[in-house]
Amino acid sequence: MAKVNGFITIQRKNAAYRPIAERLKDYNEIPEPMSAEEIKEQSARCMDCGIPFCHQGCPLGNVIPDFNDLVYENRWREAVDVLLATNNFPEFTGRVCPAPCEAACVLGINQDPVTIKQIEVSIIDRAFEEGWITAQPPTYRTGKKVAVIGSGPAGLAAAEQLNRAGHLVTVFEKADRIGGLLIYGIPDFKMDKNILQRRVDLMAAEGIEFRTNTHVGVDYSVEKLRAEYDAVIIANGAEQPRELPVPGFELDGVHYAMDFLTQQNRRNLGDTLNEADILAHDKTVVIIGGGDTGSDCLGTSLRQGAKEVIQFEHKPQPPNTRPIHNPWPDWPMTLMKSTSHEEGGKQQFSIATKAFEGTDGKLERLRAVKVELAFDEHGQRHFSEVPDSEFTIETQLVLIAAGFSGPVQNGLVDHLHLKLTKRHNIWVDQDKMTNVPGVFAAGDNVRGQSLVVWAIAEGRDAARGVDKYLTGRAHLPASNTAIAS
Amino acid sequence: MGKQFGLPDKQGLYDPQFEHDACGVGFVANVKGNKSHDIIVKGITVLTNLEHRGATGYDPNTGDGAGILIQLPHQFLVKAAAQAGLGQLPEEGCYGVAMVFLPRPQEQIADLEKVIEGAVIDEGFRLIGWRGVPVDNSSIGELAKQSEPHIHQLFVASNDPNLSGQNLERKLYVLRKVIEQRVRDCGLPGAENCYLPSLSCYTIVYKGLLKPPQIPSYYLDLSDPDMVSAMALVHQRYSTNTFPTWDRAHPYRYIAHNGEINTLRGNTNWMNTRQAHFESKLLGKDVKKLSPVVVPGGSDSASFDNVLELLVMGGRELAHAVMMMVPEAYEANGEMDDEKKAFYEFHQSLIEPWDGPAAIAFSDGRVIGATLDRNGLRPARYVVTKDDLVVLASETGVLDIPIENVARKGKLEPGKMFLVNLEEGRIISDEELKRKIVTRQPYAQWITENTVHLRDLGKPEHPSLGDSATLLQRQQAFGYTAEELRVLLTPMATTGEEALGSMGNDTPLAVLSERPQLLYNYFKQLFAQVTNPPIDPIREDLVMSLSAAVGTEQNLLDESPIHCRQLHMEYPILTDYQLEQLRHLDQPGFKTRTLPMLYKAEDGAKGLKKALSDLCKEAEQATRDGFNILILSDRGVTAECAAIPALLATGAVHHHLIRKLLRTRCGLIVESGEPREVMHFSLLIGYGASAINPYLAMETLEEMYIQGIISNEIEHKSIVKNYIKAVNKGLLKIFSKMGISTFQSYQGAQIFEIIGLDHGVVNRYFTGTTSRLGGIGLDGVAAEIEKHHEHAFPRNPEPTRQLYRGGQYQWRKNGEHHFFNPDTVARLQHSTAAGDYRLFKKYTHIVNNEAEYSSTLRGLLKFKEANSIPLEEVEPIENIMKRFCTGAMSFGSISKEAHETLAIAMNRIGGKSNTGEGGEDPARYLPDANGDWRRSAIKQVASARFGVDSHYIVNAQELQIKMAQGAKPGEGGQLPGHKVDDNIARVRNSVPGVTLISPPPHHDIYSIEDLAQLIFDLKNVNPQADISVKLVAEAGVGTIAAGVAKAHADAILISGHDGGTGASPLTSIKHAGIPWEIGLAETQQVLLLNNLRSRVRLQTDGQLKTGRDVVVATLLGAEEYGFATAPLVTLGCVLMRKCHLNTCPVGVATQDPRLREKFAGKVEHVINFFKFIAMEVREIMAELGFRTIDEMVGRVEMLEPNLAISHFKAQNLDLSPILYQPELEPGAKRYYSEKQEHGLEKALDNKLLELAKAALDKQEVVEINLPIRNSHRSVGAMLGGEISRRYGAKGLPKDTIRLNFKGSAGQSFGAFVPNGVSLTLEGDANDYVGKGLCGGRIAVKTPVGADFDPRQNVLIGNTTLYGAIRGEAYFNGVAGERFCVRNSGVSAVVEGLGDHGCEYMTGGRVVVLGKTGRNFGAGMSGGVAYVLDEESRFKGRVNLGMVDLEKVTDQEEVEELRSLIEKHYRYTGSEIAEKILLDWLAFLPRFVKVIPHEYKRALSELKTKEAVVQHG
Repeated sequence: MAKVNGFITIQRKNAAYRPIAERLKDYNEIPEPMSAEEIKEQSARCMDCGIPFCHQGCPLGNVIPDFNDLVYENRWREAVDVLLATNNFPEFTGRVCPAPCEAACVLGINQDPVTIKQIEVSIIDRAFEEGWITAQPPTYRTGKKVAVIGSGPAGLAAAEQLNRAGHLVTVFEKADRIGGLLIYGIPDFKMDKNILQRRVDLMAAEGIEFRTNTHVGVDYSVEKLRAEYDAVIIANGAEQPRELPVPGFELDGVHYAMDFLTQQNRRNLGDTLNEADILAHDKTVVIIGGGDTGSDCLGTSLRQGAKEVIQFEHKPQPPNTRPIHNPWPDWPMTLMKSTSHEEGGKQQFSIATKAFEGTDGKLERLRAVKVELAFDEHGQRHFSEVPDSEFTIETQLVLIAAGFSGPVQNGLVDHLHLKLTKRHNIWVDQDKMTNVPGVFAAGDNVRGQSLVVWAIAEGRDAARGVDKYLTGRAHLPASNTAIAS
Repeated sequence: MGKQFGLPDKQGLYDPQFEHDACGVGFVANVKGNKSHDIIVKGITVLTNLEHRGATGYDPNTGDGAGILIQLPHQFLVKAAAQAGLGQLPEEGCYGVAMVFLPRPQEQIADLEKVIEGAVIDEGFRLIGWRGVPVDNSSIGELAKQSEPHIHQLFVASNDPNLSGQNLERKLYVLRKVIEQRVRDCGLPGAENCYLPSLSCYTIVYKGLLKPPQIPSYYLDLSDPDMVSAMALVHQRYSTNTFPTWDRAHPYRYIAHNGEINTLRGNTNWMNTRQAHFESKLLGKDVKKLSPVVVPGGSDSASFDNVLELLVMGGRELAHAVMMMVPEAYEANGEMDDEKKAFYEFHQSLIEPWDGPAAIAFSDGRVIGATLDRNGLRPARYVVTKDDLVVLASETGVLDIPIENVARKGKLEPGKMFLVNLEEGRIISDEELKRKIVTRQPYAQWITENTVHLRDLGKPEHPSLGDSATLLQRQQAFGYTAEELRVLLTPMATTGEEALGSMGNDTPLAVLSERPQLLYNYFKQLFAQVTNPPIDPIREDLVMSLSAAVGTEQNLLDESPIHCRQLHMEYPILTDYQLEQLRHLDQPGFKTRTLPMLYKAEDGAKGLKKALSDLCKEAEQATRDGFNILILSDRGVTAECAAIPALLATGAVHHHLIRKLLRTRCGLIVESGEPREVMHFSLLIGYGASAINPYLAMETLEEMYIQGIISNEIEHKSIVKNYIKAVNKGLLKIFSKMGISTFQSYQGAQIFEIIGLDHGVVNRYFTGTTSRLGGIGLDGVAAEIEKHHEHAFPRNPEPTRQLYRGGQYQWRKNGEHHFFNPDTVARLQHSTAAGDYRLFKKYTHIVNNEAEYSSTLRGLLKFKEANSIPLEEVEPIENIMKRFCTGAMSFGSISKEAHETLAIAMNRIGGKSNTGEGGEDPARYLPDANGDWRRSAIKQVASARFGVDSHYIVNAQELQIKMAQGAKPGEGGQLPGHKVDDNIARVRNSVPGVTLISPPPHHDIYSIEDLAQLIFDLKNVNPQADISVKLVAEAGVGTIAAGVAKAHADAILISGHDGGTGASPLTSIKHAGIPWEIGLAETQQVLLLNNLRSRVRLQTDGQLKTGRDVVVATLLGAEEYGFATAPLVTLGCVLMRKCHLNTCPVGVATQDPRLREKFAGKVEHVINFFKFIAMEVREIMAELGFRTIDEMVGRVEMLEPNLAISHFKAQNLDLSPILYQPELEPGAKRYYSEKQEHGLEKALDNKLLELAKAALDKQEVVEINLPIRNSHRSVGAMLGGEISRRYGAKGLPKDTIRLNFKGSAGQSFGAFVPNGVSLTLEGDANDYVGKGLCGGRIAVKTPVGADFDPRQNVLIGNTTLYGAIRGEAYFNGVAGERFCVRNSGVSAVVEGLGDHGCEYMTGGRVVVLGKTGRNFGAGMSGGVAYVLDEESRFKGRVNLGMVDLEKVTDQEEVEELRSLIEKHYRYTGSEIAEKILLDWLAFLPRFVKVIPHEYKRALSELKTKEAVVQHG
């Protein structure tokens, strides 16, 4: 129990953000660091609830009250242990997670919730600074070999868990760098890539083998893989972008968000691009999709010097406060402003794109219409166009951030005859094993596109499943838990 | 034909061992030993006048039993024997007479008599013959008649003509033991109905299942004028059943007893092993014929009698033997001389105290006397007349004695003895009597020379050290969690107190948990409720003792210096250092051996079993080899070796040595890494350990200190010290919950019940412990150890090495399951706020399904298939909702907003809300303008009696006497001063800022007849209200409920152990009490068995959450349902479990105005909840084919175990005892259908109401003069109630009704009397004078004509002015114990008082013009007392914990004091008052002012505030 009255006497305080003018000039991370004293003070707001809803709200089951308490008592070293027991990569989630824990925080019922995410990232950053985080190669090897396909957060979490359980792990990545969406999807201003590299280096030092530029099912045969490894985890994400079935989709200037974001990340990493630049400089940019990816595109476009950025969202504008049918501790469907939204651009709600138009194959404008949301008798959502609401925007760059429809199916999935769910995700059992014995799946390819924190949870569960499959006993904890039971 | 009389066999959840007795007891004697028939007549008169202390069953003519013990009436017997054709009897004292109960069937008698005669001959006696005892059963009850035995007298004489007197008596004792043995073993039909009430050459007992007036009419002998005796010991019984128990009537052979022995199980176990080592010169070879000394199946009184008889026959004087068994509290008594202390200490090495509240009257025919328990918990008053008559009884006024004839009036004081030696013809004072006994041997010298104290032992050679490298692993192996370190251990080490928690327990029983459990968790603490009081171990610590001893116990029937060759420890928790001292103890008479409690982990259950059996054998061998200190040790846990659970090892060795009759030869010390919380230690002690070294807990604390986890602000050496202090305090609390005061009597007493261990394990290792549902065996135990062990020593390394985070006290994802968790709380709130039944069904689906995953007992049950009916045919939800209540939560524990929202909601739906124990603001008694009503229908009467006045009582629909509370049964509570704001203080009649303590017991309920009295009091004040009694489920609660039903409660609430609470020690929340399913089912079964079910409404509560829960409760017997946590959740509660910190962030359980503002609860949400519950109930009713709840109550046949459940532990449970239905008589009702007979028409107040009509109607002054006697109880209560009903809180103008009585008033004289009534009594009064006085005036004066000194004679009984609020009281004489306990505003003057004066007082003024007893002012947080300290001894008798002593110098105070004494003189004519007033200046300096420090501060703050208001 941190401080009995902390939540009454102390106000919530989050990390300050660098001034907009300054941060638009670079791709560096936005928040200013907070002092240990400030963090300690914020931790004192934790009420040490009888039912810590935050702990439930966190997909990893981070034991939030415990680390809050430890921080309050200046026992940072133990706080790190508690944090790492449930979360392999708090340095990632502490930066990019939308923090469902804070949405569920009991204090949030009638006050501002505890700054859980800030405390989390402070703990892990400090641990790295202090040199507490070192490679911990396992002292014992089982002799079993596991292949992990895909090096996003799910694959990395699974790899780290399995390696520590004594299995020999190889991570296969089709791209040239490790990290999946973490490396190319997330803009640097949200997470510095050195953070990722630091972790990958640690994992390598602990004995994990990383094989980049190796596309299993394309340039590495599945049969070979199966023969060489005792178990396989497929963590190849949900990379199939959702298409926008409107005329003019093929026009030059209409791009998937991920292509746009990847390019900028590569530029920042100093790569030379072997393809045409997608740049927002001096352009009117329309982003289709109101989610996190859309917002990342917004921030990136502004940094590239876009003239104007407009973000479309199909759904109506959410309310500013929780509606009655969306009570605490559910995830609030309220209007969220990302740091990018603070920086500029315009958000438009209830918009459907009708067509892209242009000449010579080059995008010039976009036609859109206002839509209304209605529910039918089965509770199904329907959008209908508002009559006479069509409008046109002159635009030179459209970024499609309308989500992903599932894992890419050619290659691994069809080769292994993996069973799919109705939503085109890979079917797995409780242990994250697919219909093929010894083949497991984890991450967005199982859940559909989701958060980094969910990916880590998936990876942990798959690792537990693999370990159980290989040793007959589950020595590893499930996601949500610190310790195997 | 089964048993004709006696208790039924064990069946369902009923066990005859749970039965209790309480009673009235008394004796009459001629001091000079002159025999007369008149003494017998007087004895019977006394008995008849105690009739109200007994009870009847469903048959109003059958009492619970009564009897009389007199001297053997030689003259009469000579005549009777001759008439019976037995010829001339030998001379007086040379023959013995037995009273014999024989079976009814004539044909069974002859054979049984032959068995008896055989024993007579074999034991060297001559059979004189049999005489049929003439009886007339025409007036006795139907039930008594059905079970009536044939009663014969057997006359025997010894073949040895020289044998007479005590030597003959001893032989007769042996003969009776042999007869009992042979009858038990003969196998003849009817043998179980053969019983010998007495066999003696000195005394004879006439007793039976009779009411007092039936004794002389039934036993014709008693009316014969030749029937003479110099004494008559009488007893009127009140039992917790309606069974025909002729044999259980008192007196027994030596005693009649009013009270209860709580430590019986342990006492019996110790006796059974002790008896193997008996040797006696007096008894010679006969000593072998005495086993079992304690006759199996006997009551506590019978067993006590058995042992007392043995001690006396072994050669000890009767008084000496009584002192051994019921020692005074001597350790902390500064006033006791060293010789007496030595006597008690010496005998502590021979026999443990038989502990419990008890007034015991005893006689061997030559002396007669009585003694009282160490805490003075039972009343015993006596009168000595100038013509040598002595009358002692539970009440005064049982025999009319002209005042001029009274030489003195007294009472038994705690631990004191009163004795008449009929042969010497004089009364022997406690002082003289004990002086003689304690100086008979040089006990003090013996102790100095032989007793060894731990603190005097030398430095050990190798004090063992911790090993921080393996600490984590060992913690893991013993199942430590990070939560335990943080939540339990840290507070203990830093504050020396146990950790507190809130909101009860919502985790599964150990046997239903998915998590590996420690064995301790399968045990539940038992606690006292109704039949005996829990003790307050903090404020009454003078009776408590933790001192423990080990060594070899010597022959009980002898005494010698070597008898006290034992090692004494101040308390039973040892540091590593101390343990090493013991281990290397090198002194003659002590030999220590350490035995390992380890087994090979890989061998699993088999290995465990074998290790246990090896351990037992080793312990046996070591004992035979003369080792008398055995240390059971689990040091050495490694990857290969796991520890046997310390409790299992201790129980196994303890019971093995009992079986081998070796147990008293050695002491057991446990050296274990496992125990850490108080419950663990209490269990180890309860199963025989003398001391425990919790090395790992201490090592953990050390490590936490080094790591800085425990704040370095605390001194290093205090860490372990504090921890031990906290454990010690916690142990005392656990002992005191059961009403046990000493370590020694708790040790081995097994005050627990088990849920979830199989009978094989229980019978072998925890023999005699109640375990009704079976459960896991050793394999299950081993499996749980294995899980912990593997966590510590995994085959594969884990990524992070740390302790389990926990989850017992706060919800955690991978921790213990909690019924209230994020899912259930959120859904419950969403559905009730939205008024969405579909969403609510989702909530109940989760809860009910959780149940299916077997987290609760009800979850293991399912409904049987039945013919369903259409929903419309089921009674409407409006009917069902009337049966719903909200739980007792005081205004004070929850906010005004939350409290009133609940009340309004319940009033709108016709249900009942509950005030809780904090009183109620009278502003809520009238409906609001909008029609809403903030009044709580149920008004609670709890131990502190906050706000319980006549006005409160008449505004209740139901009055609930809270005997216990689910989260902390047997404990009191405390509202710290900082939480007592103006509002709370006003409602509780106290001063803001002053701590308010709720005592553990109701100080007017120390036994069941006391409860009957309180029910009678309340019923008198408000005859329209139902009286309900709240009990907490534990083994035996059904039996208590039967007693409560006989006490005329209208309703009984069986509360589950899991109830929520504002604040309670975590060990109590987790480890006391059992789920309502068992308690309710037991209650239903026992009430049906006793034919009492239809007289009471049965309610249950404890984590009820869904309609399904309600239906299961109904089928198990409930017809009303209490909800507390769930409605709070609908008001916003999110189970913060911080109620005790006043920081509830949703404004529910807080008084902080900043947080109360955040309260967002709505009446409608609560109503939605109850509506939805009722809707679900109704749906299930339709499915099951029930149209009404009444139809459904108790239809347990509709439930069956759900066999589909695959929970690995739950599968072993046997639920059939819960589903048992006793055989019912045709037409027997299973639900409430007939009203109780309260007997209010007999109250004297009916007459008062009539005579005071003019005052009531027209406020005219009336004066009424009436005689009064002890059977007139609660005088003034009904009249007061009527005044409150008509005139509200203000009552009538002062002195409107003036009542003048002459005689001895019965209990509760002037109870709850409001403004306008003055009672004057010339005579004396019994217990509870002025209970709840709320404005009236009471004066009791010593009658004119008395020529004894009122300051030396007892005028009024115990517990005077308990919970009194306003008014005045003047007593011209001495009061008993606990004068003004919990007084909050009355001014009272008295001329002397017993122990614990002004205990828990929070306001008012008390003037004592005489001596006080000990422990004055304990727990006194308010008010002022002025004590005339003429002997300057007062200071030593005050409990200075909360009060200061000052001189009376302040002028205002001087005037106040003088004016009170003036009034005392005016109303009582007191001589001492007159003397003081005449010589005021000489007396004034002798007054000591007692003022609580908190109160002083609060008053001065109040003054400052007022000053500010006036000037500002």
